[in-house]
Amino acid sequence: MAVAEAAPAPAPAPASPGPAEAIAARSRTAALRRFCRQQPLGAVSLVVILAMMVAGLLSEVVAPYDPLAIDFAGILSPPSWQHWAGTDAFGRDVFSRLIHGSRTALVIGFASSFLGSTIGAVLGAASAYFGGRIDDLIQRLVDILLAFPLIVLALVVVAVLGKGLVLGIDVNLICAIAIPIVPRVARVVRAAALSVRVMPYIDAARAAGYSHVRIVFRHMAPNLVAPYLIMLTAHIAQAILLEASLSFLGLGVAEPTPAWGLMLSGNASDFFREAPWLILFPGLAISLAVFAFNLFGDSLRDWLDPRFKL
Amino acid sequence: MLDVQPTHDAGGAHAAGPDGDRQPLLAVEDLHVEFSTDAGTVRAVEGLSFSVDRGEVVAIVGESGSGKSVTALSIMRLLPARSGRVTRGRIAFDGRNLLDLDGEQMRQIRGRDISMIFQEPMTSLNPILQIGLQIMEPLQIHLGLDEAQARARAVELMRLVGIPDAERRLGQYPHQFSGGMRQRVMIAIGLACNPKLIIADEPTTALDVTIQAQILELMKDLSRKLDIALIVITHNLGIVARYADRVIVLYAARMAEQGPAEAIFHRPRHPYTMGLLRSVPRIDRPGGARLETIEGLPPSLAAPPSGCRFAPRCPYRIAGCDAQPPLVATDTGGLSACVRTAEIAAGSIAWARAAADAGAKAQVAADQPLLSVRGLTKHFVVSTGLLGRAGRVRAVEDVSFDVRPGETLGLVGESGCGKTTVGRLILRLEEPTSGAIRFEGRDLLRASEGELAAMRRKVQVIFQDPYSSLNPRMTVGQIVGEPLRVYDLAQGDAAVRARVGDLLGQVGLRAEMAVRYPHQLSGGQRQRVGIARALAMEPSFIVCDEAVSALDVSIQGQIINLLEDLQRAHGLSYLFIAHDLAVVRHISMRVVVMYLGRVMEVADRDALYREPLHPYTKLLLDAAPVPDPTVEKARAPRLITGELPSPLAPPEGCVFHTRCPLAGPECRQAVPPLREAKPGHHVACVKA
Repeated sequence: MAVAEAAPAPAPAPASPGPAEAIAARSRTAALRRFCRQQPLGAVSLVVILAMMVAGLLSEVVAPYDPLAIDFAGILSPPSWQHWAGTDAFGRDVFSRLIHGSRTALVIGFASSFLGSTIGAVLGAASAYFGGRIDDLIQRLVDILLAFPLIVLALVVVAVLGKGLVLGIDVNLICAIAIPIVPRVARVVRAAALSVRVMPYIDAARAAGYSHVRIVFRHMAPNLVAPYLIMLTAHIAQAILLEASLSFLGLGVAEPTPAWGLMLSGNASDFFREAPWLILFPGLAISLAVFAFNLFGDSLRDWLDPRFKL
Repeated sequence: MLDVQPTHDAGGAHAAGPDGDRQPLLAVEDLHVEFSTDAGTVRAVEGLSFSVDRGEVVAIVGESGSGKSVTALSIMRLLPARSGRVTRGRIAFDGRNLLDLDGEQMRQIRGRDISMIFQEPMTSLNPILQIGLQIMEPLQIHLGLDEAQARARAVELMRLVGIPDAERRLGQYPHQFSGGMRQRVMIAIGLACNPKLIIADEPTTALDVTIQAQILELMKDLSRKLDIALIVITHNLGIVARYADRVIVLYAARMAEQGPAEAIFHRPRHPYTMGLLRSVPRIDRPGGARLETIEGLPPSLAAPPSGCRFAPRCPYRIAGCDAQPPLVATDTGGLSACVRTAEIAAGSIAWARAAADAGAKAQVAADQPLLSVRGLTKHFVVSTGLLGRAGRVRAVEDVSFDVRPGETLGLVGESGCGKTTVGRLILRLEEPTSGAIRFEGRDLLRASEGELAAMRRKVQVIFQDPYSSLNPRMTVGQIVGEPLRVYDLAQGDAAVRARVGDLLGQVGLRAEMAVRYPHQLSGGQRQRVGIARALAMEPSFIVCDEAVSALDVSIQGQIINLLEDLQRAHGLSYLFIAHDLAVVRHISMRVVVMYLGRVMEVADRDALYREPLHPYTKLLLDAAPVPDPTVEKARAPRLITGELPSPLAPPEGCVFHTRCPLAGPECRQAVPPLREAKPGHHVACVKA
């Protein structure tokens, strides 16, 4: 149905040249308010993500205990007012470890997924846009990478690169997790880009004589935001779990560093019958984070699509 | 509320009885249909009443959003279950109210008593099922035939709709059939159970002119022979003129007018019908004069105007139009929803003539061509089969023509004739296999990067589909302003904004539109944005690739006028690529006719339409429908038989000889060269 005419667009009146910064600031808060109104689920997930970020950045302040402090007197104590999420086999406070672990989860999970998805998206879009030889080359590389299971590929990369700590963050670990994500995103984005590439508006841009860079980034990329965001948020979960697996194999984050995956897969598996909180709370934390990122990605996708605005 | 008919005959004994001849086959009474959408409730059909007699051909005409397809879906009870519903009314078919039937009873009627033919023959057949199975399915389900009986009947049906070699083709899949043949298969499926009523929703819109004529001829013939009533839903007035007994004109969910076809075309009694007939370019009339269009846009059904729906666009609007006009009987035996029907009938008001400056066509100045195409050839290499045996599609073969400054050159032909490829080659969106394209005397194919960039700006394009030719993520202002920034045609944000406003004004849009996104505009407005984007480059040559064929009739006229105005104002040259011969006749000064990648004929517009020399041009002109029932019924159409050969293996010699009525052995020998038969009139035929 043609609803084109009816709804008066939320016309941000053609900004008259004035104090540009004030206008920008005002429109930014207005945009945030509009986001919260139109995407309530997205707003909730944004709050969860922000909470994780605060916990990660200010974990020393927020956490009630030192995550490394061993207390043999209180090992495997169930959740209580002292220890909200109980203690583990060394008597360390699980809740504090979760707070500290959010830093690892955010950095490793988000950074590696972002890195892998972005490289994958650029490769996929370029592959579709240029076609021919370049497409063949990129796609055969993708085939090779896809031939290895995620974990094996990450293992190889970690084993080859070793550890590379920058500001206490293992950059090589991020790369190791990002690399297996690249081909998966490249495939999906390429498929979407192939259908965008044949749209007449891309032909119009070519007929206008615009540069390749401009066409790919200005005309194609915004139309690939949806698959990109979906892949990005979906892989954050994958990345957190992959980091956990690598840690379990001794190639990721090592004990006693607090990390969700490590908490889930470490000695917790020996005690979960007696102390289910050891796996319950890290599991919940991972689920919550994954859920929040997915929902936020979905709402962001809808919100960025002008077709959803009336 | 409704006087519900007792429907005891549910089980199936639905003998219409001999008294069925007295009452109409289908009677729609006071039909109201609503859709729930995000933007609120949309009343898609309001108070529609009409009837269809046995064996009658009724056309429902209207622009997109007028409610014509919704009416068809309501009769079939195929409205989308969640959002669409019939809120009021009665649809009596053969004495039973279809709206009272349950799902099972309705299923027995669909496909058996009423069948439907859809617009898109490419997608309405299941691609992974054999054609035979798809024709036999309704026979086995509805009539309970066994496999052998169904097969025999399927063969019979395929012969009936003119598919040769029926037994063999039963085992084939839809992709092995051409578009026209697929539509024949759809008709065969529709006919399978001897229905009493066939509803055809835009049955030929997706087909080429020559195929279109074949299909319509077939449908009309079958309906007469088998006494089937036919409801044809269309926006093409030409089709209506040739085939309909009665015409119903819908506008914005309501009936504007109905009456016998003759009356609707010659003595319309509703201003909308009058305007619609005037805004269509006519193939049988010389062009040149400005089209008289209906100004404005159809109303949004989410917030329709009170009173007469057409009043905001109506030149005869009076105070009485604020109230909803009743349907009144006209002197021509129809109904019209206009309070001034009597005055129109008396001839006291007539459609205002367009501005008198019409006809002042832009002057073609120099004889130095702006664009010159010589021996242009494009072959696409396609791999066929598993081993990738390469085949060559000869899309464009040895095409030459000139376009002079300020001239409009029409390029016509059926789909697959290579006309669009020619446009893309000129735009350098494809690399030609061989040939030369010279623009302002410089060779586009050998130009350096810098020269090419400058040339790009001078040669612009307007696409067919206003929905996909604008980037959905950019606002109108960004779309039109982008070339200004990239080519530095306006300095600074304020200058760009001013220039965008100016460009939008030139194409008849308000400057405030700049902040909107394409999806917030109607089809006609989007096409105007596309034109503004092309104009922003300050081009001297524009390729219009089917630039008006996706638009509604009343909007089409507005855009054609706009293109002509801009040509006059800026001295533009157009290459106007189209399949609609009437539009081409109206807008072009010279016309090139293409068939299967080759040029068949080049001539001045009037010479070509008055005395076409090439047999293909003659047949093409014959097949094109004219919106005038008297003309249509008087002429016996000479149909082009057969189908377009595959461009993978074009015929030897003259590519048209397989379908040409004049073809002789010499036509198979060599490709006839394009020769000048008369001054300025070139033809590629040895017989002409």
